[in-house]
Amino acid sequence: MSNKAFISPYDHQAPEGAEGWKELYPYYMTFHDNLKENEESKFFFCDSQHWPNVFKPFDAMTVEFAVKCLGQYNTRQWLIPPANGIDFKIHNGYCYMSPVGVDPEKIADRVPQFMERAGHYFQNWDSLIENWHKKVKDVIDEMEAVTFEPLPEVIDMEWVKNGIGLDPTYHMIQNYDKMIDLCYKVWMYHFEFLNLGYAAYLDFFGYCKEAFPGIPDLSVAKMVQGVEVDLFRPDEELQKLSRLAVKLNLQDVIQNNEIEKALRVMGGSAEGKEWIAAWEEAKYPWFNFTIGNGFYSTDKYWIDHLEIPFGYIQSYVERILKGETIERPTEKIAAERERITGEYRDSLPDEDAQNAFDQKLGLARVVFPYVENHNFYIEHWSMCVFWRKMRELSALFVGQGFFEEVDDMFYFRREEIQQLLFDYGRGWAMGVSAIGPDYLPTEIARRKKIIDALASAQPEPAFNNPPEVVTEPFTIMLWGITTESVQGWLSSEDTGNNLKGMAASPGKVEGRARVISSSDDLGQLVEGEILVTRVTAPSWAPVFGKIKATVTDIGGMMSHAAIVCREYDLPAVTGTGNASTKIKTGDMIKVDGGAGTVEILA
Amino acid sequence: MSGMKYTLFFKEATPEDYVLLGGKGASLASMSAADFPVPMGFSVTTHAYAQFLKEGQLLETILDKVSRIDCSNTDELASNSEEIRELILSKPLPAEVENEIKESYRKLCEKAGIPNTLPVAVRSSATAEDLPDASFAGQQDTYLWVVGEAEVLRSVRKCWASLFTARAINYRKNQDIDETELLMSVVVQKMVNARTAGVSMTMNPINGDRSKIVIDSSWGLGEAVVSGEVTPDNFLVDKIMLQIISANIQEKNIEHVPDMVNKCVVTREIESERAKAPSLSDDEVIEICKISKIIEKHYKCPQDIEWAIDADLPAGENVTLLQSRPETVWSQKTIEKKKAVTGMEGILNTLMNPIGTKKSDS
Repeated sequence: MSNKAFISPYDHQAPEGAEGWKELYPYYMTFHDNLKENEESKFFFCDSQHWPNVFKPFDAMTVEFAVKCLGQYNTRQWLIPPANGIDFKIHNGYCYMSPVGVDPEKIADRVPQFMERAGHYFQNWDSLIENWHKKVKDVIDEMEAVTFEPLPEVIDMEWVKNGIGLDPTYHMIQNYDKMIDLCYKVWMYHFEFLNLGYAAYLDFFGYCKEAFPGIPDLSVAKMVQGVEVDLFRPDEELQKLSRLAVKLNLQDVIQNNEIEKALRVMGGSAEGKEWIAAWEEAKYPWFNFTIGNGFYSTDKYWIDHLEIPFGYIQSYVERILKGETIERPTEKIAAERERITGEYRDSLPDEDAQNAFDQKLGLARVVFPYVENHNFYIEHWSMCVFWRKMRELSALFVGQGFFEEVDDMFYFRREEIQQLLFDYGRGWAMGVSAIGPDYLPTEIARRKKIIDALASAQPEPAFNNPPEVVTEPFTIMLWGITTESVQGWLSSEDTGNNLKGMAASPGKVEGRARVISSSDDLGQLVEGEILVTRVTAPSWAPVFGKIKATVTDIGGMMSHAAIVCREYDLPAVTGTGNASTKIKTGDMIKVDGGAGTVEILA
Repeated sequence: MSGMKYTLFFKEATPEDYVLLGGKGASLASMSAADFPVPMGFSVTTHAYAQFLKEGQLLETILDKVSRIDCSNTDELASNSEEIRELILSKPLPAEVENEIKESYRKLCEKAGIPNTLPVAVRSSATAEDLPDASFAGQQDTYLWVVGEAEVLRSVRKCWASLFTARAINYRKNQDIDETELLMSVVVQKMVNARTAGVSMTMNPINGDRSKIVIDSSWGLGEAVVSGEVTPDNFLVDKIMLQIISANIQEKNIEHVPDMVNKCVVTREIESERAKAPSLSDDEVIEICKISKIIEKHYKCPQDIEWAIDADLPAGENVTLLQSRPETVWSQKTIEKKKAVTGMEGILNTLMNPIGTKKSDS
């Protein structure tokens, strides 16, 4: 164990021009001087897997809700014996996590509680999941029903005659609060099954590691992973639409036109109409899908940016015409899953071992669809509706002269929006101008400068002293953070041109690197390049047909990037710590997804 | 004695004949029948040995000598062993046995396109050798790069004689193996021009894990690996995924290579750069594993396989099998495993124990 430590957050200065950044975030999310000793005793790692970019003040809500809700299940619902929640901070605009252990003396007391509570969920998994889908759909429907309208000139006559005694500002403010509540609620649901799902997966994983010493992590993933996965449906819908386009002989219209024109032209023919009907059919709910990860107000969703799925269809059509297969080979994946499972099972020494294997695999397969699919229902579908409604609200403010553009609203914290709404309603009620249009532009400009300054620097991989061993199961599973990877980050300056990460998807290739820092840059990818990035989102799937391999800074075996790469048979090395800064676009690199290594050749 | 088969080409032996071929010979015959890439060759059957003993009236003499040996007296053991072997090497061969061996060697030479001078390996294949509980591989002889009829005949006799080395006699006495039942077959097989050779085992011998294949390999002929003269490259491969989990490349300072002029095998030093280089490419490792997996499936139990990469054959077809035997150590052992905890207990156990320590892949 080396004595090396990461820098203290108290010594990690904000870039120039970012003075005053702490005021942009809630007080409980920043490091305070009077708590220095306590905070420095904790190990924090940067979660750039989920939050790779600097937060605008409003967007910080996503980490607050998500990580808080993760904690409530570990700490208060399941009483996971050794693990509480995960403490989180924003420092210099980026987010850092610190797993919270349980006092060793209290661990034993939690066991019976855990057995009963979690046991109930495992025993009733399918019916509880069915109920979960209903609950989530209800939240989505409730969010969809919310509207934000400009305040009317006068209160509706009906309200007067019915003696309502309220004005529309009341519902406007209530609707905003309701949206925040619903977002909070859906993040609770997000974690309702997730940690238990990972626990069952880890149990099978651990069993395999003991029964088959040295078994590749990938084998375990392949035995458990589902074949029909909701998370892949959006991409599959595009593939079907692309096939249909070729079948209906619409390839020229689709390839030679932008979306509006193409749809106009197709509207004039029976074949075109048939295709448009299929396109409309596919939208709900599958186009509630983001090319980001659902955590940022800037995430673009297909349904709001139809040119994105249409662009993917164009490139699929091109590949179909070249005779390529664009679909995931589901039959092959299913057959391979059965072969692998059967052969490992046959390698076990006796019936007892095989029974344990069957039991653990069985449970892992029951729980795992949730682990794979929740992402579509929460990060994609629910958050798509949430962000759309928030942009509708912002557009209302733009119309009232509060903001210049829709993105401006997200420079305010969520509780500040209540003030803005009140300012708007108050001016309307009194018959005077709101103060916001006069006051806000300077403030927005100031905040933009701060955010831009923060974004000019990269986050630190971690803060303070690393633990002797990383034992927290969810940290390992979700973030791919292990004792070795933390040590790897510490010594990363010594490794020269060799990077080490998780062997996430096997295969060896050499190729030119393309470093992508945001989903908006995906268009730069050239056929045959190797995608190097902080983190990928599963919705990047359509570009995976183009690339040779993927390398990410952060992510475990079950990170979304790893899952997608395995599905698409691409080598992937995840959790390298710093590949996206060490590797430059145009570098020749050698990726070995089986060994988890990346070498910069030239 | 007509109708008795003194030699049998691998391809023509039927399962009823296997009893005549000894472990190695039967294995090669069955692998040939299953179309595994074994070098062509034939077995000198146990009938040949039995006929030799019979015609020379050697059996009684030998049994008598062996029964009187006191193994604790090493000098006596050594001199009796020497006498028996001398007897076997000097007695004339039965004419029909000699003719049939010569004939089969000629045929082999023709098939290989090297008339009369095909280099062959001559190996003993005892009937007791490969009993799962009597692993004494290496206690009998192998003669490599044997060229010409006369040399083949001499090597066959040497193999027979090798049944009676002091070590072999001692071993059988300790194991209570019945001397009267003891027979020997000899394998005569085209030499492989081995660029690299070694052993693959279709389980991990360190822990009995049957989801792995372990390969030891070194430059030149396999003797360097088998005898332990070099520390071989060692590969651990996941059998199911055919993925190399670890590769320990060693410095392999010597290799055994044929000296074609002197018709023998010489040991030579390997220049430093090649000594440190992997003796197998990743593709070759995977190819060996694929074949090993098929062989294991064929025999329905873990196998210990000798193979070589033939320098004369193109990549993709250059893996050649020399022999396969059942793995004898772990298949006799009951693997001590603590019973896995399942259900909620299992999950609890997983959460309570630092999984980070189980995490390492290599």
